[in-house]
Amino acid sequence: MINPDAELILEISDLHASVDDQPILKGVDLKIHAGEIHAVMGRNGSGKSTLSKVLAGHPSYKVSKGKVLFRGEDLLVLEPEVRARIGVFLGFQYPVEIPGVSNLEFLRVSTNSRRKQLEVEELDPFAFEELVRSRLNLLQMDPIFLERSVNEGFSGGEKKRNEILQMALLEPIFSILDETDSGLDIDALRIVAAGVNELSKKETAILLITHYQRLLNEITPDYVHVMGFGKILRTGGSELALELEKSGYEWLEEESVSPLRP
Amino acid sequence: MVRRRICIAFKAVSMSFHDSKWFNSLPTPKGDLEKIQRRGREYLDLIGMPKKSDEAWRFTDLSRLSSLFNLPFLLNNPTNKIRKNIPLPSSKFEGFQLVISPGFDPLESVDLPDGFTQLSTAELDGILGRTIDKCSCNDEWLVAVNNSCTYRVLGLRINGDNLPPLELVLDSREDAFVATRIVLIVESKTKFDLFQVLLGKNNSAHSHLLEMHIGSDACVNHGWLARGTKESGYFATLAIEQDIRSQYAFSSVQEGWSFGRLEQKIVQESGYASTALRGLQVSKGKEQIVNNSTIRFDGPEGVLDQLQKAIAVDYSHSIFNGSIEVPRIAQRTSASQLSRNLLLSKHARIDTKPQLKIVADDVKCTHGATVSQLQEEQVFYMLSRGISHEDAMRLLLKGYCEEIVRTLPVSGSRWGVLSNLLEGV
Repeated sequence: MINPDAELILEISDLHASVDDQPILKGVDLKIHAGEIHAVMGRNGSGKSTLSKVLAGHPSYKVSKGKVLFRGEDLLVLEPEVRARIGVFLGFQYPVEIPGVSNLEFLRVSTNSRRKQLEVEELDPFAFEELVRSRLNLLQMDPIFLERSVNEGFSGGEKKRNEILQMALLEPIFSILDETDSGLDIDALRIVAAGVNELSKKETAILLITHYQRLLNEITPDYVHVMGFGKILRTGGSELALELEKSGYEWLEEESVSPLRP
Repeated sequence: MVRRRICIAFKAVSMSFHDSKWFNSLPTPKGDLEKIQRRGREYLDLIGMPKKSDEAWRFTDLSRLSSLFNLPFLLNNPTNKIRKNIPLPSSKFEGFQLVISPGFDPLESVDLPDGFTQLSTAELDGILGRTIDKCSCNDEWLVAVNNSCTYRVLGLRINGDNLPPLELVLDSREDAFVATRIVLIVESKTKFDLFQVLLGKNNSAHSHLLEMHIGSDACVNHGWLARGTKESGYFATLAIEQDIRSQYAFSSVQEGWSFGRLEQKIVQESGYASTALRGLQVSKGKEQIVNNSTIRFDGPEGVLDQLQKAIAVDYSHSIFNGSIEVPRIAQRTSASQLSRNLLLSKHARIDTKPQLKIVADDVKCTHGATVSQLQEEQVFYMLSRGISHEDAMRLLLKGYCEEIVRTLPVSGSRWGVLSNLLEGV
């Protein structure tokens, strides 16, 4: 939902970042307002996941230039846990398995960290269980997931649902969903997409990272960006995704490098 | 006379034994166990203290071991009848508890529940040492130490499939060296939960030896919690003999010992049996904690599933040696051993060594060992959910330990194992 007067949630300017001394992001510019859903598409290695990790504060990714403002404040100086507490959420492409740590306890501790930041009363185990069960219904998840270790032995689809469950509990301002559609069959995709749509509010924003149009059939983006060579090559509406589905990325990449060719 | 002879021999071999308070406080061999006491002392007489050149003691802090022998031996007789400060949990226990404390007969004024009977002196005479022989550990130094100072043995025969869990609490005494010895005969088809708790005291040493014969088709779930305190030391040998088609699950937790050493000796004597071993060593400060396991398959189609974990912080040292022996007779053995270790300080040290001796040609044996820090991706995943670094570490360590702790027999939960383990890590 585009509203030019809405709050500017995220402003990325000339962002350069590297991992293992390998430059990946080479000048990303992006503005996201409240109420908007942005999709970022691009080939493998184009920098999509790097962008998500940099925004979430992964210690392996080093920012060499540029700035990121979250609601007007410098995001890059904050520790990853602080970013999460103030409302930045990353739905992982490959959610991490943590044997021995109960999913229920993990969800409760993380939810209470966010609630503390919001100055809302923290939940005891009983009150939290009530809350989490209501959110489970949103994603049609079996309560048995709560008893298991975090993501351990979960199928690909179950892991992705568990990510969206966390999003539902943390109620972030800005969510980055990194290839949430990968590993999902069509039914699971619809359930997850319905959950994301339900959680999308006029005061929040979402950045979807995906390879495929099929997710965008379920979640309609306001903007579609194509990444390549570590920057955003083209921005358009949802019709751009359809064009990519039909013609691939090659024409766009050629177009963006052609001015440099002799 | 015998005492004098041993003194002279020790002087020749190892001054530390001769000079030790432990040695000088040992009573003259006597009673029903005199033969065993003499055998132990003769062995020590010959061998002396362990040396760094012995593979089994290569990583051991021998000075710390020696210091435990500077404590006087406390004979388990009525004159030492002072029981104090045994921190038993107050929660209700739906089982049967025996406390073995210096100076006390654990069976005094106790009615054994149905299915448990005390072994007579004559029975013990025929059984004592048999499982040690079967496990080929009669010539081991720790066994010899226990033999040298065994003056009382708790022997039980266990029979039935609806038995209450047995909790055996082994108490130590401040400023003293104590020894305990237990023989358990688990009859065929018996199902039985055993939880042993060994408690250290300040400036104490404890030598423990368990012999357990598990009959055919029997099923034993055995837990071991060794909880020390500052300047406490212990060494225990658990010798287990498994008959055909028996199932033996063992879970151990060791923590808080200035020096702690657990030796597991298991033999599947006729095959078709299964053994599951789970172990956790947590060392802090300058502690040194050792876990050595040896399993031998003396029959076909035996199964082993072993997971050993350790957490080492500060300046501590954790050691694991896991030996698996598969002779020719043990065809179609399936054994897996995994040693996963967390090294959480640059000054701490972990030594882990799998040893596989495989002669049979139709077997499946796997092993692996890792020493690492907490996984960065797991930590980041938690941070990305707003969890503080401190809480993330706590949750990850709890989860790491939980994988072992949850396999302890039910009564383990009332000992607050997890909260105790993570204190100060």
